[in-house]
Amino acid sequence: MEFLVSGDSATIPRSRWLMAHVLIVFAFLYLPIAVLILYSFNGEGVGGFPPRHLTFDWYRTLFQDGPIWDSVFNSLQVAFAAMVISLTFGVPAALALDRAQFPGKVLFRRLVLLPLILPGIITGLSLLMLFNVAGTKLSLLTIVLGHGTALISVATTEVFAGLQKLDRAQEEASLDLGANYWQTFWRITVPNLKLPIIGAALLIFTLSMDEIAVSFFLIGRDNTLPLEIWGRLRRGITPEINAVSTIIFVFSLVAIVFWYRLRVRGETREAAGTEIAEAAEGGLV
Amino acid sequence: MFSRAYKTIVTAPPLLWATVFLLVPYVLMFCYSFWSVSAAQAIIHSWDLANYKKLFQVDVYWQTLLRSMWIAARVTIFSLVLGYPLAYFLSFYAGKRKDLLYQLVIIPLWVSYLVRAYAWKTILGSDGVMNTLLQYVHLTKHPLEFLLYSPFAVVLTLTHIYTPFAFLPIYAALEHIPRNLVEASHDLGATPVQTFWRVIFPLSIPGVVAGATFAFVLSLGDFLAPLLLGGPSGIMISNIVVSLFGAAYNWPLGAAISLCMLLLVVSLLFLSERLEKKWSFS
Amino acid sequence: MAFITSSAASITTAESPTKSTLLSIRNVAKSFGKNVVLREISLEIGEGEFLTILGESGSGKTTLLRIIAGFESASSGEVWMGEERLDRQPPYRRRVNTVFQHYALFPHLTVEQNVAYGLRVAGRPEAEVASRVAEALEKVRMTAHAKSKPSKISGGQQQRVALARALVNRPRLLLLDEPLSALDANLRRQMQVELKSLQREVGIAFVFVTHDQEEAMVMSDRIALLRSGELEQIATPREIYSQPATAYVAQFIGHTNLLQGDVRQGVVRVAQSESLSWPAQVPDGQVLFSLRPESIQVVAAARPGTPGRVRVRSRLLQQAFHGATELIRVECPGGLVLTVRTPSGAGIQKEVDLEFSPASVVQVRPSPGRN
Repeated sequence: MEFLVSGDSATIPRSRWLMAHVLIVFAFLYLPIAVLILYSFNGEGVGGFPPRHLTFDWYRTLFQDGPIWDSVFNSLQVAFAAMVISLTFGVPAALALDRAQFPGKVLFRRLVLLPLILPGIITGLSLLMLFNVAGTKLSLLTIVLGHGTALISVATTEVFAGLQKLDRAQEEASLDLGANYWQTFWRITVPNLKLPIIGAALLIFTLSMDEIAVSFFLIGRDNTLPLEIWGRLRRGITPEINAVSTIIFVFSLVAIVFWYRLRVRGETREAAGTEIAEAAEGGLV
Repeated sequence: MFSRAYKTIVTAPPLLWATVFLLVPYVLMFCYSFWSVSAAQAIIHSWDLANYKKLFQVDVYWQTLLRSMWIAARVTIFSLVLGYPLAYFLSFYAGKRKDLLYQLVIIPLWVSYLVRAYAWKTILGSDGVMNTLLQYVHLTKHPLEFLLYSPFAVVLTLTHIYTPFAFLPIYAALEHIPRNLVEASHDLGATPVQTFWRVIFPLSIPGVVAGATFAFVLSLGDFLAPLLLGGPSGIMISNIVVSLFGAAYNWPLGAAISLCMLLLVVSLLFLSERLEKKWSFS
Repeated sequence: MAFITSSAASITTAESPTKSTLLSIRNVAKSFGKNVVLREISLEIGEGEFLTILGESGSGKTTLLRIIAGFESASSGEVWMGEERLDRQPPYRRRVNTVFQHYALFPHLTVEQNVAYGLRVAGRPEAEVASRVAEALEKVRMTAHAKSKPSKISGGQQQRVALARALVNRPRLLLLDEPLSALDANLRRQMQVELKSLQREVGIAFVFVTHDQEEAMVMSDRIALLRSGELEQIATPREIYSQPATAYVAQFIGHTNLLQGDVRQGVVRVAQSESLSWPAQVPDGQVLFSLRPESIQVVAAARPGTPGRVRVRSRLLQQAFHGATELIRVECPGGLVLTVRTPSGAGIQKEVDLEFSPASVVQVRPSPGRN
């Protein structure tokens, strides 16, 4: 049921202050991004107002920048590997939380979900100490392990939510019809979890590409993209950074819109069913 | 319904991973915090509370911790002030555009943190957009120094980053409120303003608590924004920890401070969970 | 002797039977986009009357209620309360209160605080609030649960709290949106009686929305039957039952037999069963009649026919036990199937002799999609 129905004046007056507030907040949220994009075309370089000499120069420089592309390649490898690890351990974790009882379950749940809210450096530091004691050299591998650990919680939460929506009866029916647990898992459970898993994968990939706090401590010789940018920022701002940031923004935008559409599609199918049922009960009309 | 084997197969790998990569590191950190470092940069297993004493006795450490908490508190308040009306508008007034607006709010969330923090640097610098704009329209004659390399810049940037984090749980809580409660309140004679304070706000409190917790905990542990924009007066506790693991080589002390942060975060989470439960009525 | 078969009743007993008019709905129509939900409804509600708006889902009954409450606004038409235009006011200014279908009790407030809500919002002094709330809780027998939260009390109890919460504000009109639909059958019957006596006690006009025709008959002073956004008939329960205006009304309320008749020179002949005929003062042509199952008697085969009554011998098809009565389905010569209600206990043979009086037959207007 819609609260503000068709904007009828008889019901609720729209508040002007509220709308103004909303516009200000959106402006605040998008200002830096707008500036970044705008200035990536600025001939005069970083800062200064107003921007002059609009040019593609910085993008050209960017394309010829070797180290940046190396770091991009590294980040992609890491993100992909982290995605695989997070899903491989995160999906069973969600299943375990949903279906199994075992000693230490509460501690396990908290441990798994902790990296989600804990400041990244704590996760990074603790893993650094682990690798130090184990004598492991820092490299892309250690970063992969770090990202994987930190992002398992993303996979677990998404899949767990998906499991709540899953009708237990479907799996029971499958077992009843003669399929064993393994078959039921692949034929019934996983297809139903398709949307949450894809959504989680997308999210994990995007988060890994942008990850700094954990990576900071576990970096070896090879840089990931954020750390490469970070290094340059320490040495001084170059307008190239604006260009690479704009590109990152565009990719993130595409990824997140896609993720959202996926989610909405999953929910809408289900919400539509409920709405129809309610309407049929004679609620609205 | 699920066999023993199924449950074991499903539980064992994640449990193993969590033990090796989550539990053991924390335990290690715990141990490190009681050790110390020698002049030759070797780790001594001294097993004492020296590091903790240092944390609370040496000015720069506990003062930075307090400053970090104060910055985090300000970020939390601003994020709530910005985020709550936004969530309220989307949930109750946005109608058909609700979906689109929601996407617009979460998009900045996933655009690289580094990118956004860097963008503020461009804006706030003495040669930056803000200053040159102000001078261009003759509002100021000289660049405003406090804009960058100050706690102000850190609070501003972190508010920018964490407002969507505060928004999300508040929006979820507001969406959960059955609309017939709002109708019932109107039916009984309450104006929209009265309805907000008597019905909508109380029922949204769990969301507010969750949002505040996210904003506070995440800002407290932030080290990028202070490093990029904080300057000497904007240093936060995480920066100290980072340097202790870097140039100022003292892992045990760093571990001790990290552990304190961990404990602080965990107790805040615990507190916030209790509060949420107290204020949830379904 | 010519017998007069009752002619089709008029749609409305336009004025309410009680003293004065409280609410006047004038040509109210409502569409949601292209979907027309209400088509020009006009009716009046009298002071202290118990009016039920009855209809299937999709009939528009809930929408009409929401327009009166103020949660929807009409696409056209007006709603007047006394000398004031009600539809121009927001819901929180109307002297109308609603009992919602799922009660809509505030989960974060106790029973007492829920009931006190309207009074507190209006700024009434605490002493007055306390006494009025106590009185209202007494009336619905929920005093013992005053300090409980809604999640801790049963559905029936929640419903009573919702009632108290609405009535404590002394509205001029109380709207009830299918309040009993979530209750089980026995509790429902009990609440019907309680609601009716409560209404008598407080003397406020009640507008009750339901899809359950039995409920409507039991509780109402008048029933307004809606179908696809139009008002089929508005009349007292007895009138609507014995003088249905259309085939739809006749079938919606209670059971009936619809008979397609051919009238020629004052004599009706039932299309499917030529042996069924009786004299009627109705103009020639095709006419539709309604005959209630209880108006048909099963008579002993040996008994001679009563003059003036129509008699037919039929074949038993089906028998259904309904407690005090039985509903039997029989086939008449020519193929016409009739439903007959007869007291239980009397043995029914394979051949059933039936009798009915032409006075029980009511002419009805055909309803599109129903014959």
